[in-house]
Amino acid sequence: MTAAPDHRPTFAQVALSDRLGAAAPFALIPVLVVLGFLAIGSSSSWLTLTVSGLAMGMMIFIMASGLTLVFGLMDVINFGHGAFISVGAFIGISVLIGLGGWTGAPSLLLNVAAVLLAVIAAMTVTGALGWGFERLIVRPVYGAHLKQILVTVGGLIVIEQLIHVIWGPDEIFLTRPETLKGAFTFWDAAIERYRLLAVVIGLVLFLAMRLVLKRTKIGLIVRAGVQNPEMVEALGYRLRLVFIGVFIAGSALAGLGGVMWGLYQEVITAGMGEQMMILVFIVVIIGGLGSVEGAFIGALLVGLMQNYIAFLAPTLALISNIGLMTAILMWRPQGMMPVVKAK
Amino acid sequence: MRELLSGDLPRSIPLAVLLVAVFLALALAPFLFPGVRSLETAARICIFILLVASYDLLLGYTGIVSFAHTMFFGLGAYGVALASLHLGRGYDSVLLGSLVGALAATVLALAIGLFSLRVRAIFFAMITLAVASAVAVLVSQMSGLTGGEDGLNYKIPRELTPAFRLGELFGVRVNGRVLNYYLVFVACLVLFLILLRIVNSPFGRVLQAIRENDFRAEAIGYRVVWYRVTATCISAVMASLAGSLFAIWLRYVGPDTTLSFAIMLDILLMVVIGGMGTIYGAVLGATIFVLAQNYLQALMGSAAEATAALPLIPDLLNPDRWLLWLGLLFILSVYFFPTGIVGRLRAGR
Repeated sequence: MTAAPDHRPTFAQVALSDRLGAAAPFALIPVLVVLGFLAIGSSSSWLTLTVSGLAMGMMIFIMASGLTLVFGLMDVINFGHGAFISVGAFIGISVLIGLGGWTGAPSLLLNVAAVLLAVIAAMTVTGALGWGFERLIVRPVYGAHLKQILVTVGGLIVIEQLIHVIWGPDEIFLTRPETLKGAFTFWDAAIERYRLLAVVIGLVLFLAMRLVLKRTKIGLIVRAGVQNPEMVEALGYRLRLVFIGVFIAGSALAGLGGVMWGLYQEVITAGMGEQMMILVFIVVIIGGLGSVEGAFIGALLVGLMQNYIAFLAPTLALISNIGLMTAILMWRPQGMMPVVKAK
Repeated sequence: MRELLSGDLPRSIPLAVLLVAVFLALALAPFLFPGVRSLETAARICIFILLVASYDLLLGYTGIVSFAHTMFFGLGAYGVALASLHLGRGYDSVLLGSLVGALAATVLALAIGLFSLRVRAIFFAMITLAVASAVAVLVSQMSGLTGGEDGLNYKIPRELTPAFRLGELFGVRVNGRVLNYYLVFVACLVLFLILLRIVNSPFGRVLQAIRENDFRAEAIGYRVVWYRVTATCISAVMASLAGSLFAIWLRYVGPDTTLSFAIMLDILLMVVIGGMGTIYGAVLGATIFVLAQNYLQALMGSAAEATAALPLIPDLLNPDRWLLWLGLLFILSVYFFPTGIVGRLRAGR
């Protein structure tokens, strides 16, 4: 009988370079902002562009966060997510148009109440729609990526066409509520009020989401489920229920993003969700599938990049995002902050 | 015959009958169904059979979802269009345009494939969607080069246009249009048989193994990434050649006819209806779909008129809502007929 080998565990500290590497993506945003400043030169237009880039990024983040969590948790890729964006926008804007008396009044209270009602309506409907979508469309095809992609694309088309049937084929123009119109100047830069509001909402949502994910029990289960679903189920949690909850929340957030995007653009079309999906996918890929922080950074990068490039070289705006994605995938093929998977 | 079909026989009598019927109908289309519109339909069927078959190599055999197939299709079409426009009409410019288009498609497919397939096959679906939409927007914005939304009109060699008359055969006036049709038909047939050869080669078997279980395929010793990227490139080249033929046939290219997402959906639907993982599925899927598209939309229009008095129904039956029904059909067929028509016919033998 041989003696057990001498085993001496070593407790190595995480190397500084590894820690820096994990945090490196956060540094990209200031770097991009500074680069934008150098390229644009004029500080007032730089400030305007930065604010609108951040606003756009926040809205994309709101739409992308649900998608990335759903993927991380259940390995489900939902191409139909864009449909929730469109439906949210149409419901929300219909409510706003219906409350025309409130939005037209120059009173902050009435305006905010109208927007809040619109958002609640949109989120309720898209949340319910997400629940139905999960039951009818996604559930029968668990575990089969190919079928998931095909079926959810089918769902996207059907919902988009139903929007056409219900609201008619034309785009709908709208005006923002009275107090959200216009801009104010700050250091010679014109900053639209609505954009600032979008930045604030996005930031609050991100912090709230982080708080829920990092500080509550349900957040712990979700994060653990993303890392190793089998283990969480073995410990007795019904991950299916958690997953349905996350799916509904993600759909509702897509609806919120849709309302905000509709108010930002002041025009809504049934195809808007499909167009946004392209940016959302880019964000989710560069952020690393399953990672909320990654999606946040990715969304801000995409928003800033799009606005800077649209100012510097308008024709390159769409290509710039593809270029950004390529560069980041060359740096980190799994995305900036891939969630470690035990499978 | 066996040699020609690469040993992949239909393996079902009804399927064989249908395939022969489609083949004969297409081969004799100018004489069986004279008329401009039916010839147009026949040519479209030929081209879409090739396009769908090349997509099936990716979706059905390798198990990769791509949304950029129309982009490759468009590259071939724009290659021919630009070459004919700038180098003058002639066979050499058509040929050169096709070659350049195919080359561009290969390079692009290689780049996308290396970037996304290296990590995860699922990235590919998202990245192709992003790249394809970016290209579509770029094409419609660069109107100086591509004609923008209006597209391009150009001249093809005179022998392929209706102005070139040859005389009569079986009571049908044979002109350049008929010659052009046969050019499309023969080219599609040859490329189709090449695709059949590819999927039934050892290479095709490896692709199927990767589709079933990529991890095991890698473990046996096949370089999965290499095979996936190669399949992507082959499929892209075939799609771009189909695009070139389409451009030769139509004498027009535009974003709507070659690059739009709607065409991508059509292709997906044709593959699923016909049957994923069988090249023959492409024949039946494309034929049924193109016929339905051409003739069913008229039916929907009249149905909408007939029900005009009812509340919601005419809106649902409006020909513009054609995609709604396609989408429903698509979901249902993925659920209930994942093997498509060909799979059903073969199973019911």
